[in-house]
Amino acid sequence: MSIAATHGLRARSLVGRGAAGVAVLLVAVLAGVVIGETPLPFSTVAAVFANNLWNAGHPVDPIEAGIIWNYRLPRTLVAAACGAGLALSGVVLQALIRNALADPYLLGVSAGASTGAVAVTIMGVGGGLVGISAGAFGGATLAFLLVVALARAAGGGPAQLVLAGIAGSQLFNALTSFFIAKTANAEQARGIMFWLLGNLSGVRWPDVSLAVPVALAGFIVCLWHMRSMDAFSFGADSAAALGIPVRRVQAVLIGATTLMTASMVSLVGSIGFVGLVIPHATRFLTGPRHGALVPAVALAGPVFLIAADVVSRVLIPGQVVPIGVVTALVGAPGFALILIRNRRRL
Amino acid sequence: MRVSADALGWTAGPRAIVQGVTLEVAPGETLGVVGPNGSGKSTLLRLVAGLLPRATGEVRLDGVPLAALSRREIARRIALVEQQADTAEALSVRDAVELGRTPWLSALAPFGAADAAIVEEAMAAIGISAFAGRPWATLSGGERQRTHIARALAQRPRLLLLDEPTNHLDIHHQLSLLRLVSRLPVTVIVALHDLNQAMGCDRLAVMEGGRLAACGPPAEVLTPARLAAIFRVGATPLRDPADDATQFRFHCLQE
Repeated sequence: MSIAATHGLRARSLVGRGAAGVAVLLVAVLAGVVIGETPLPFSTVAAVFANNLWNAGHPVDPIEAGIIWNYRLPRTLVAAACGAGLALSGVVLQALIRNALADPYLLGVSAGASTGAVAVTIMGVGGGLVGISAGAFGGATLAFLLVVALARAAGGGPAQLVLAGIAGSQLFNALTSFFIAKTANAEQARGIMFWLLGNLSGVRWPDVSLAVPVALAGFIVCLWHMRSMDAFSFGADSAAALGIPVRRVQAVLIGATTLMTASMVSLVGSIGFVGLVIPHATRFLTGPRHGALVPAVALAGPVFLIAADVVSRVLIPGQVVPIGVVTALVGAPGFALILIRNRRRL
Repeated sequence: MRVSADALGWTAGPRAIVQGVTLEVAPGETLGVVGPNGSGKSTLLRLVAGLLPRATGEVRLDGVPLAALSRREIARRIALVEQQADTAEALSVRDAVELGRTPWLSALAPFGAADAAIVEEAMAAIGISAFAGRPWATLSGGERQRTHIARALAQRPRLLLLDEPTNHLDIHHQLSLLRLVSRLPVTVIVALHDLNQAMGCDRLAVMEGGRLAACGPPAEVLTPARLAAIFRVGATPLRDPADDATQFRFHCLQE
């Protein structure tokens, strides 16, 4: 077969895979809406979708319609966006920092976002003019800048950055606890602790309008820079020698990562493990090239988090387990299995 | 491509690593850079590639200052093979060579058949096609080195910068690499440790303590007196009757 024909096939299979990916995502979202504590038949779900999307006028129970359209659908969509945003953040940080441990959680970005969000909600920082997302974004940016500055002062290697990230995470988690202890009453404190573990319960449509565009924008930025991230495989100098404007690419990608992490944390609290595990697990299937990795992660992240959300809702009847607990409970053993199974291949 | 370097310099803290190096390399010429450890050979190559911040002096490529070019435009002209460049990613040899096409690709010009052909050609030229699919972690030092050189060839540069490319290579691959490089229709600046290999270059630049100590044809530059002063070795020139080439036999000066 000629090389040109191979490329024609490659392009066609690319479109096919894209369509398959979107289909899988739609099925996952549908599953997230159908499965729950109150079992709802698929026909009801379809009727509610039809009513809301093109005023089909099917007769449905208004309570069921409310559960589907105002509760489960926005929740599932935000779970999908968070899964994509956090997993893509992990891909970016692992590529730029060249450290397998890099993810927004480890580098203090999630901790900073939590601190910012808590400072705005219970300390009243910003006097009501600053939204919780803006607070989280400010906290995330501040944490990341501090971590980077500390890493640079310590010599600037990838190992220093991870160590600085651990120090930064500890500092900001302590600050969050301090703010809660100082200001919040018992009721507030319980609510915030629950939120910090990751919680999708309060999610409604306005949250969707923040999470989905941010995740989509982050996905496009990552796709646009897939070749740049490949070029970082042999280090920043090597990337520069391959024609990558290193500082600009780092600023854009890390800015996008901070924005994604901060937005997601401000909506659902800090959900660990997604940014670390999903990119690694996906890499075993797609290989390390970002042209395949980025779209695959943008699919695997949402599917994983939707599944985790479903589990968190049905695991204990009458109670919602924090989704961060589920991601860690499912993610840690799953990751261990992948590590062991692929030991020989590495 | 004609390369002109004017008063290149770079300092790390209080220490000048390279100072006042002025060079002119003609199109198609192979310039060897030799010098003892720490004499600034690698830094000089990185300065020519425009990779170091806060550098002094100016590099011109065919009269165009490096500073006037974007990183991508530079990477379309210059390829650099560094001494150590490693990855923990499970890249295959072909993946690593394909990275060489990076400066030629964009969202509107994705990796196509022409790029694939260039990659195959580069791997064939350097003799690594047979293990194109092998993952990086399983490669020996020499195989990694050759993969990097194939990557640099896939970049289709007009100036090739090689930092001790024969390190890690067995004698067969050392000689075939040097022959390949000298036959390439591009300008080459190559840092070399082996002075006998350096004798094969068109001209040699001798570095000492960050300065350019001498520059010219190998036979004129590598005199026994200079070898004693800069490299601290005694050298006896020997003549190969087969092709009349000069090789050195080295011995310690102290004893």
